[in-house]
Amino acid sequence: MLAESLALSAALFAIGVIGVLTRRNAIIVFMCIELMLNAVNLSFVALSRQYGMGGQVMVIFVMTVAAAEAAVGLAIIISVFRHGQTVDLRNINLLKG
Amino acid sequence: MDNYGLWYQFHFYLFGFIALISAVTFVTRRSPVAAVMWLVVTMFCLAALYVMLDAQFIGAMQVLVYAGAIMVVFLFVIMLLNLGEPSEFADARGLWAKLLAAVVGIALIGEIALVTRTGVPSGQYTVPRTFVTDQVARYGAVGAVARPLYTDYSLAFELTSILLLVAIAGAVMLGRRGEPDAR
Repeated sequence: MLAESLALSAALFAIGVIGVLTRRNAIIVFMCIELMLNAVNLSFVALSRQYGMGGQVMVIFVMTVAAAEAAVGLAIIISVFRHGQTVDLRNINLLKG
Repeated sequence: MDNYGLWYQFHFYLFGFIALISAVTFVTRRSPVAAVMWLVVTMFCLAALYVMLDAQFIGAMQVLVYAGAIMVVFLFVIMLLNLGEPSEFADARGLWAKLLAAVVGIALIGEIALVTRTGVPSGQYTVPRTFVTDQVARYGAVGAVARPLYTDYSLAFELTSILLLVAIAGAVMLGRRGEPDAR
């Protein structure tokens, strides 16, 4: 089941990357990042069967980072929305020069 | 490879298939609320796969933290900012972004083909096949994760608490409504 898990993980990661690259809604892009983190978690869990418990511990850390990232990122999205009344990534181009 | 029963394999492929389908549906939805719901389906399927891969505690954490907490925060923000209408910014980006996404997707799918053909190398750090099940049988599903977490990885665990503190402070600073002189 290791190869199947890794293949599923890579497929989910690819779907997440495609979502990040093609969507315009900032919240959807953010959720695609969560999907990519989940794909990596699946790899960790599948490999922890072969390489010891460290993989499952790493999943705990990844979940912590994901929770922190969700809190800060959503706060950023809220303040961007307050600034421009939109979360469309086309309109968020202050750094473009 | 391993001697898994047909029932196990059937459910493994079933949950993996549902996870893939709901992930694709999630990326292509126009409404953000529908996208959140499909992502929750993906996460539940991943939790089932974690349980089947001998990581019961991780599966429970997946349901509690990801599907229960993080996705609810996403839904909360979508409804707070009143972004539920699908029409306005559900469009995909332009041609170049789509081409870039296609190239990246094809490269990653080629990587899948490579992994499944060559297999995973079993190096010198490999543990015995029943290692994880033995750990779970000996220390319990929580203890098997908690023992390395509080011994080998204790420094990283402590640093995680600093990360959470910084995240709390940052979220509070970013989220408050601005009187600029009060900052």
